[in-house]
Amino acid sequence: MPVRIWALVIKEFLAILRDKKSRFVLIGPPLIQLLVFGYAATFDLQHIPYAVYNQDSGFASRELLGYFQGSKAFRLVANLHRDGQIAPMINQEKALLVLQIGPHFTEDLLRHQPAPVQILIDGRNSNTASLALNYVNSVLLRFDQRWARDHHWGSPPAELVIRSWFNPNLLSRWFIVPGIVALLTFVVTLLVTGLSVAREREQGTFDQLLVTPLTPAEILLGKALPGVLIGALEGAFIALVAVFWFRVPFLGSFWALALGMLLFLLAAVGIGLMISSLALTQQQGLLGVFLFLVPAIILSGFATPIANMPELVQDLTYLNPMRYILVIVRGVFLEGDGMANLWSQYWPLALLALLSMVSAAWLFRHRLQ
Amino acid sequence: MPAQNPPVTDPPLRFLGVHKDFQRGKDRVAALNGLDLELAAGKITGLLGPDGAGKTTLLRLAAGLLRPSSGQVLIFGQDITQQSGEHAPAIGYMPQRFGLYEDLSVQENLDLYSKLQGLDPSQAQQRQRELLQLTALGPFGSRRAGALSGGMKQKLGLACALLRTPQLLLLDEPTVGVDPIARRELWNIILGLRQEGTTVLLSTAYFDEAERCDAIVLLHQGNILQQGRPDHFTTPLQGRTFQVQHPSLRRRFLQESLQQRPGVLDARIIAGGVRVLLAKDVQPPKEQEEIWITAPPAFADAFMDLFASVPASPPAEIAASADAADQIPVNTPSRNTAGTDETEIVIQVQDLCKRFGNFTAVQNSSFAIHKGEIFGLLGGNGAGKTTTFRMLCGLLPPSAGSLLVAGVDMRKASSQARARIGYVAQKFALYGNLSVDQNLRFFAAAYGLQGKLREQRLGKARQDFQLHEYGSVNADDLPLGVKQRLALACALLHNPDILFLDEATSGVDPLTRREFWQRINSLAAQGVTVLVTTHFMDEAEYCDQLVLMSLGAILAQGSPSDLRQLAKTPENLEPSMEEAFIHLIDAHERQIRRAS
Amino acid sequence: MNLRRLGGLVQKEFLQIRRDPSAIGIAFFLPLFLLFLFGYGVSLDAHRVPIAVVVDHPTPQTSAFVGELNQSQYFQPLTLPTIHAAQQAVMNRQADGILWLRADFSRQILQGNTASIGILLNGVDANNARIVSGYLQGAWQNWLEQRALGDAAPLIIPVNAKTRIWFNPAVRSRYYLVPGLIAVIMTLIGALLTALVVAREWERGTMEALMASPVTMLEILLGKLIPYFLMGFGGLLLSVALAVWVFGVPLVGSLWLLLFCSSLFLLVALGMGLLISSVARNQFVAGQIAIIVTFLPAFILSGFIFDIQSMPAPIRLLTHIVAARYYVSILQTLFLAGNIWPIILWNSLALFLMALLFLGITLKRSHKRLD
Repeated sequence: MPVRIWALVIKEFLAILRDKKSRFVLIGPPLIQLLVFGYAATFDLQHIPYAVYNQDSGFASRELLGYFQGSKAFRLVANLHRDGQIAPMINQEKALLVLQIGPHFTEDLLRHQPAPVQILIDGRNSNTASLALNYVNSVLLRFDQRWARDHHWGSPPAELVIRSWFNPNLLSRWFIVPGIVALLTFVVTLLVTGLSVAREREQGTFDQLLVTPLTPAEILLGKALPGVLIGALEGAFIALVAVFWFRVPFLGSFWALALGMLLFLLAAVGIGLMISSLALTQQQGLLGVFLFLVPAIILSGFATPIANMPELVQDLTYLNPMRYILVIVRGVFLEGDGMANLWSQYWPLALLALLSMVSAAWLFRHRLQ
Repeated sequence: MPAQNPPVTDPPLRFLGVHKDFQRGKDRVAALNGLDLELAAGKITGLLGPDGAGKTTLLRLAAGLLRPSSGQVLIFGQDITQQSGEHAPAIGYMPQRFGLYEDLSVQENLDLYSKLQGLDPSQAQQRQRELLQLTALGPFGSRRAGALSGGMKQKLGLACALLRTPQLLLLDEPTVGVDPIARRELWNIILGLRQEGTTVLLSTAYFDEAERCDAIVLLHQGNILQQGRPDHFTTPLQGRTFQVQHPSLRRRFLQESLQQRPGVLDARIIAGGVRVLLAKDVQPPKEQEEIWITAPPAFADAFMDLFASVPASPPAEIAASADAADQIPVNTPSRNTAGTDETEIVIQVQDLCKRFGNFTAVQNSSFAIHKGEIFGLLGGNGAGKTTTFRMLCGLLPPSAGSLLVAGVDMRKASSQARARIGYVAQKFALYGNLSVDQNLRFFAAAYGLQGKLREQRLGKARQDFQLHEYGSVNADDLPLGVKQRLALACALLHNPDILFLDEATSGVDPLTRREFWQRINSLAAQGVTVLVTTHFMDEAEYCDQLVLMSLGAILAQGSPSDLRQLAKTPENLEPSMEEAFIHLIDAHERQIRRAS
Repeated sequence: MNLRRLGGLVQKEFLQIRRDPSAIGIAFFLPLFLLFLFGYGVSLDAHRVPIAVVVDHPTPQTSAFVGELNQSQYFQPLTLPTIHAAQQAVMNRQADGILWLRADFSRQILQGNTASIGILLNGVDANNARIVSGYLQGAWQNWLEQRALGDAAPLIIPVNAKTRIWFNPAVRSRYYLVPGLIAVIMTLIGALLTALVVAREWERGTMEALMASPVTMLEILLGKLIPYFLMGFGGLLLSVALAVWVFGVPLVGSLWLLLFCSSLFLLVALGMGLLISSVARNQFVAGQIAIIVTFLPAFILSGFIFDIQSMPAPIRLLTHIVAARYYVSILQTLFLAGNIWPIILWNSLALFLMALLFLGITLKRSHKRLD
């Protein structure tokens, strides 16, 4: 039996690697996606274009504006001189926000009166808007503390001392890139296994396989193993790029990640084979993979937190293997997790792997009838 | 009347020194090498030649779908490279794959092509009515083209090409994969067109079709090997063709014996015995008891004469090289008796039924196959032979009835039982992007061959099937004939007792088919039971036993001569297998129609 | 050009669409599926963030601050006895952060010093952490203002920031995700579906038969363009209707303008689809290319979710050749901001030029021949 399975595995590898098209599917898109996601998919704002309408001529407003100019997050695009200039600035997306400082700003501050600053933000992309607002607030906070100290306003009764664990500079790349390790492994594994049976059906070789002494279990294993191996290689490669190219810290245990990946790959392969046994043509297989992948990625916590989703959708995510592997990958990379911390993620993954494999085997036999 | 037409100044189609090459990988492969050709107006010209001779390229060039690398293609005197599109209305072209929209109905396909051909609605309606009548597709107007049988698809494809009565009709293998009845109908349509003055150029793999043409162009490696009227090919062979009979020896064995005699260029099994083509100036190598009758030469003989310089591997080699260590249990049937009754039954089918929903694909089929027999399943498209075949291999569960292959039901068979059968699927299902060696190694392992034994069998397969030079070539890139050899080699690696061949010769050129049957014969001689399905009626003569199926039921079974006898009528005392087939099926369908 | 031939081709395409479930799937099912997925499943608006609250020494001062969190819709405080337990909660992902009021919190305040409010956030999800810290700052400012009101103590915040978020005052992420999604859907129908159906004609050999008929290449191309343009338009109307009536996104700008700009984008997408299919003659390859060069960029490089300004310079440059970028900008403006002509004109011009480019190349590349 091992000889026959081994032959199947080798055959499967050759079939994938000797074909220019499928070789490309394994290498091209993941690499492009890795670079594009790694660089483009970020929620960290840089060069926020802003305009200033300063009606105050005093030094306090200049000092405040100096804080903005000194910050890398902001980029001054215009100094406005009339009220009427504000709306076109924002409407035409020339500036994301406009700071309007009233005529009595310095005067008010010197009289120990709170001085108003108007902040007008383009809310068309509400996430960018609220992030930019956070940046503005933190600049204002620094100015406030400095001003209160230097001009004897007294000290506030309490102040916030904020520290972030695991990602002190709050770089979203540290969050996204480990996620890509899981994401691309998932995509590649599903594509490899999801189309494999359909491809044989189209070529007519599937019948040829079935009349050989190979048992359905052997054929299934022969299809599953290459998926796991290719997924593991792909995952390892992307993890290396994450560490050495994108410089994401890897603090946890390698074995904790390896175990998580193995369970995840088994679940992914099981799902891929389920799609595969249902699809009669590669076309259908591709559509099936696509229809499964998109929600599985969107509802995984890859880009947006699961906690923000409606309750019902949150419950659904328990069926999504991506949900667990994302916690494992990020835990191992950034939080330094070892196996002991991750049991709560391992067992649901193992259960999903078992379930998907069993259903794939059942569907596989069922479809042969 | 075409006969009274003044001589046309320009021939319908003319090739002047046409070269055409294609980029394949890094190399440029020549498909046509400086071809000169001129078609006679109002005639049917047949295009023949082995696979890869350039038939399709020639037709596509004529249709203006390809541009010659050099040289000129003239349609009625107009260079098609100069004004593309202008000549199109004069030409009707049917590609090999029909060019039908499978999810559109028959009527919708006709409507579409009427509009594309620019017919105005009233004209279109009348022409469509004529064509539907001509092709007998009238009752199927609302059926989706994808649900038609192969023959009906071809007829519809032809109808679409005929909408604006073309002056020049180009047909690429119009009868491939079509059963004899549909083939006869297609030919009636084509002959009718000639009457109307249409010039027809068609490619074909059938010799009998070649004989019906007014002229034949024989292509080989992108060149015209010979061209002329059919008798131009056959006359030189006068006195070299014989029909050989033997009172007791089975035709297969007689054929095998004749094939190996010196001076014999070709020996084919036909209805009345074995047909032999001798080399020039050779005395008939007659043996005892044999009766040699001089027969008129046919086009098939001419073809073989021209291509016999490429001999097939002698089948004796296969038997001889089977060394003692891995000899399969041989129970060679007595060479002297025609009967096979005394040998063991290997496949037993009883009241087999298969239903798909409401549709009954196979009903109450029963037959038995003996060891060492070549057993043929014949039938038109949709007769149920492929369904029966798949049930026998265990790929489909039967709805009712029993079937035993080597004593077990393949459906529930253990791997050991399955190791006793070999299977060659329609279209030679191999791993296309694996090399020949990788395919062989994979199937060897799948059949559980290991170590020395495996190397030995692989070596033998490479030798027997002449695969040495193709070792690292991808299966997809192989010529069709080599692909077929590889498929057969893979199916025989484990020396199976029973070999299943599903349409193993469809689309393959006549030379490869001849070689293929030599192998099958020698396998059967070694005691391998062979089950084949085929469209080619001349191949049916190679079988020991036949089952003729139509509409899911078995119409007749017996030896080839038994079946021919059934079709004997006062008008036709010696029907060919093809005539027998048409006769039996016609009778059956008429009976069914009367009953319903 | 012959109108009867063109009519025949268009009619054929519609018959095929009607009989092919996968075309209907891509054109109507997929848009619905994506709209509902994004409309309901994706939200960047954190609410009820679980936060561990550790108060070493409860006093009226501490409960005033904690009360601020309790009242906020953004937080779900989880009171824990020790900082150790809170750290454990963060480790086990039961809480996203810790608010720690130390034992000397009240003493410092009463003595007139500045007490520190310890905040520890799990920074793994940087975006979420930043949003949460923004919410906490808001809570802190509220608390200061309340104190200033109650005790008549001076408010020690020199700058009084007054924020106005234009176009989306409630900051609903759905308002920008749903319009942006229309660009993705149009790309799917225009590029992916079109590339697939042309590749199918090659695969099934019907293209060969078409080319052997008197049809011109322009008619073949138009015969694809017209039906899938209408399909895409149907998908657009469906998406807009869902956006406005199901997801409640305001359509501030003109519907006619929206339809006009969408037509331009559809032409670009169709041009890309036809161009892809002239390169790839089988469905598998055509599908792969369409997803990589049209679908993914429409998702990631269009400004639909991720801010283009914040991308590194080379990638920012790359986004200029992504047609969806211009369309997303038009969509978000028309839906939320209104008819802002400069934006609409410039982006429409870009779309127009791209449509011209893609359709022009396609026409130039397509020969009525097989080689």
